[in-house]
Amino acid sequence: MAEKFPRGRTAIVGAATHGMGEAHGFDAMDIAVHASVKALKQAGLTPADCDGLWIGLPQDYISGLSFAQQLGLNPKVTGNNRTGGSAFMTHVAEAALALDAGIIDTALIAYGSVQRTASGKLQSSARPDAFEGPYKPVLPVAAYALAAARHMHQYGTTPEQLAEVAVAARDWAKLNPDAFMREDLSVADVLGARRVADPLGVRDCCLVTDGAAAIVMTRADRAKDLTATPVHVLGTAAATFHMNISMMPDLTVSAASESGPRALAQAGVGLSDIDVVALYDAFTINTILFLEDLGFCPKGEGGRFVEGGRIAPGGALPVNTNGGGLSCVHPGMYGLFVLVEAAQQIMGGLGDRQVPDAKIALAHGNGGFLSSQVTTILGAPETV
Amino acid sequence: MTAPAPETGIKPEADWLAHLAAGRFMLPRAKASGQVFWHPRVAEPRTGDTDLEWVEATGRGVVYSTSVMRMRPPKPSYNVALIDLEEGPRMMSRVDGLPPEEVRIGMKVQAKIIEEDGAPLLVFLPVGGA
Repeated sequence: MAEKFPRGRTAIVGAATHGMGEAHGFDAMDIAVHASVKALKQAGLTPADCDGLWIGLPQDYISGLSFAQQLGLNPKVTGNNRTGGSAFMTHVAEAALALDAGIIDTALIAYGSVQRTASGKLQSSARPDAFEGPYKPVLPVAAYALAAARHMHQYGTTPEQLAEVAVAARDWAKLNPDAFMREDLSVADVLGARRVADPLGVRDCCLVTDGAAAIVMTRADRAKDLTATPVHVLGTAAATFHMNISMMPDLTVSAASESGPRALAQAGVGLSDIDVVALYDAFTINTILFLEDLGFCPKGEGGRFVEGGRIAPGGALPVNTNGGGLSCVHPGMYGLFVLVEAAQQIMGGLGDRQVPDAKIALAHGNGGFLSSQVTTILGAPETV
Repeated sequence: MTAPAPETGIKPEADWLAHLAAGRFMLPRAKASGQVFWHPRVAEPRTGDTDLEWVEATGRGVVYSTSVMRMRPPKPSYNVALIDLEEGPRMMSRVDGLPPEEVRIGMKVQAKIIEEDGAPLLVFLPVGGA
């Protein structure tokens, strides 16, 4: 049976970030509140208007309550799904269903982390693993390194092609004043960077930064009264094949191969309709895998696809226009920043990195170890 | 080791470690389907069948993927690999007996139980002169 997603019947009316990079003196809750208030203000709303809340602060398992209290909300629906960095795309899907059912009128989706200033390391909330822990895989990078090694073995993908992903992300970051790393970066720089887990070096890995993000959603009829630039949710689909990398059926095929086609079918659009792509690039191999799995190129061709600056500024396909997790921001769970960038591209006004006339965006979230894959399609009002 | 009561089934972690300590590389198998699976768990994935048993692995496998965890010197770097077992399941482990960066995908390996950090640990060694 066809999935009956409420295509276009809900819209993002606010999308904001706060505390990008380093947020000295603030905790995760503080900067998430700042991002939320900013996003609400874009639509002329206040926290009191929110009757649905989706939140997953990294060190606060009951943040559904604590964050509601902080903002003074009395939510009718509280969501706290944690599928890793893809969680926020599932929040969008749940919010769309709750809004469309008339259970809530305004949904706030928020996240914040100060992992850079608090610890300097990616924070993990996964429990210790009795069967894999003794081998001391440095997670999450080890899992992605194993996937990259297998992709290279199977398809001849090269370290230079992985490096092209990092360079493209950096070239976009140079156009984004909010990006954390904006210095010049070459393929040679990426290849010569400190090795972390073969075949990945430190420039193949996402940043460890602070940062908060928030988006506000409402029903389409109300959205057009709140903002001149509503961004409609055309579809969202989630798929999961595994948790541990050892349990992934084929390390060269992620569940994006399922979530992507389902989301596109819900949205009733094809890949050629997509103007801008935002992918969760925790590591350089992610971008290659997701471009393949979502269908932008055949399986195994991702490395060749990204060559020659194809996904960089001026290339044929704009991917990760904020600079991505690799060069813009990566505060542990990056998925909400993927959604914010995709939404803001459709809203317009992003300056040097604005994709001209962006009407349809694909935002793809990744959680765990290539585990949870969630694809969201966003569109301008004329696409509904 | 006390035999588990039939109604409670296998004890995934405790049984695995006890077998390793006794020098045995055992895998869980569902009696009805005959499916061998990894990680150990109390019910067969998908069917939920709790009527399970431990069967001895051949220890033969093939490297499915491999990486080197690069440590800052003087800490030594080390291998992490995924091994496709002859019985079907894939497991995370380590290939010893050669420098970590010389482990290759497709390499045939054989399981060996060693002691590390005061506990038994299953690793793999290359066979046929890697």
